[in-house]
Amino acid sequence: MTMREPASPARITAYPDGPLVVRGDFEIVDEQGVPVETSRRTVALCRCGVSAIKPWCDGTHKITGFHSDR
Amino acid sequence: MIDALGGRVEQMWEADLDAVVESAVAGADAVIHDDDLQLALFLLYAVHYGSLPGLDADLEWDPVLLTGRARIEAAFEEELRGIVTIPEPPEPVQDEVASWLFRLTAPTGKKGLSHFVARKASVEQLQEFLVLRSIYTLREADPHSWAIPRLTGRAKAALMEIQFDEYGSGDASRIHAAIFAQTLRGVGLSDAYGAYLDQVPAVTLASQNLMSMFGLNRRLRGATVGHLAAFEMTSSIPNRLYGDGFRRAGFDEDVTGYFDEHVEADAVHEQIAGRDLAGALAEDEPELLGDILFGAVACLALDDIAGERMLSAWQGGESALRLPLPAAGGATR
Repeated sequence: MTMREPASPARITAYPDGPLVVRGDFEIVDEQGVPVETSRRTVALCRCGVSAIKPWCDGTHKITGFHSDR
Repeated sequence: MIDALGGRVEQMWEADLDAVVESAVAGADAVIHDDDLQLALFLLYAVHYGSLPGLDADLEWDPVLLTGRARIEAAFEEELRGIVTIPEPPEPVQDEVASWLFRLTAPTGKKGLSHFVARKASVEQLQEFLVLRSIYTLREADPHSWAIPRLTGRAKAALMEIQFDEYGSGDASRIHAAIFAQTLRGVGLSDAYGAYLDQVPAVTLASQNLMSMFGLNRRLRGATVGHLAAFEMTSSIPNRLYGDGFRRAGFDEDVTGYFDEHVEADAVHEQIAGRDLAGALAEDEPELLGDILFGAVACLALDDIAGERMLSAWQGGESALRLPLPAAGGATR
């Protein structure tokens, strides 16, 4: 048994009034193509633009009252 | 203290533990503020967790202890259901339940405990803050894990997605409780579980006991789920402020890493907990909706009471602990 599961394609879910949650086999890179490190298998990407830890979500959308259209 | 309890338990058995518990419950003005009842409940749960030395594993299914536990739990739950107010419930539909929980936990803009920690807390107050947090956080995620085998399908998968991250995603050094232990050591506190049991007030134990009661009673699995959702939804933003407080006091990443990790982690967890866990569970088992909402509201109620207690002690220039820290600060190094 190994810790790694067979790769599953990346899946991105837009959570209502919240971030884009990414699961599966993905890599996040910066504008230079350098991988942005993370230790977690499921990440939340900022969708409202005000996170202090971009590209990750830090929950600030709840203070600014971000609303998604869906 | 545990040794003393060991001796006392034997005496109490002879004196009929059940009668002792019954009279303690009957005599309590408020179960959540009763040191004896909350400590007793905490120790009775510790037998299940194996979290404290000196509590023999054979005690886990001792019928006398289980009877006593059930008696305290009944009074505790009844009191909590009487204290909380549950806003107009949503339909048991995933989106509606998630929205309801996010409305319930929406930031109020009130400058509370987290702002005090960020801007004003002294090093001694920061230590007290960690001492009070240590009861839960050195066992972080464990109380909710009791619910894993009690859920099925979507809700189980969602809870596992959160807990896998809590437990380090396969890396023992990333277990959140282990990261918190590093924070405690970094400020000169002990990371031994229960090292500060005598220092924490009843309501701090009550917050932990609430989670254990929900987790260890299958009947209350909906409440575990609602509790976790509310807990995660009120975590990211305060944790950034907590980290700011420790940075302001001059502590480095060894100490602040725990809080920074939770800004990022809980922004993920709150989405999963609200929609995929609580929302899906309400849809799949609508009869649990009431307990999901109760668990969330009870989480906030006890956290508010504990938080306000801490804040008002500090604003009044007093310690928030029940007893002062041991002279050496409890340092392990």
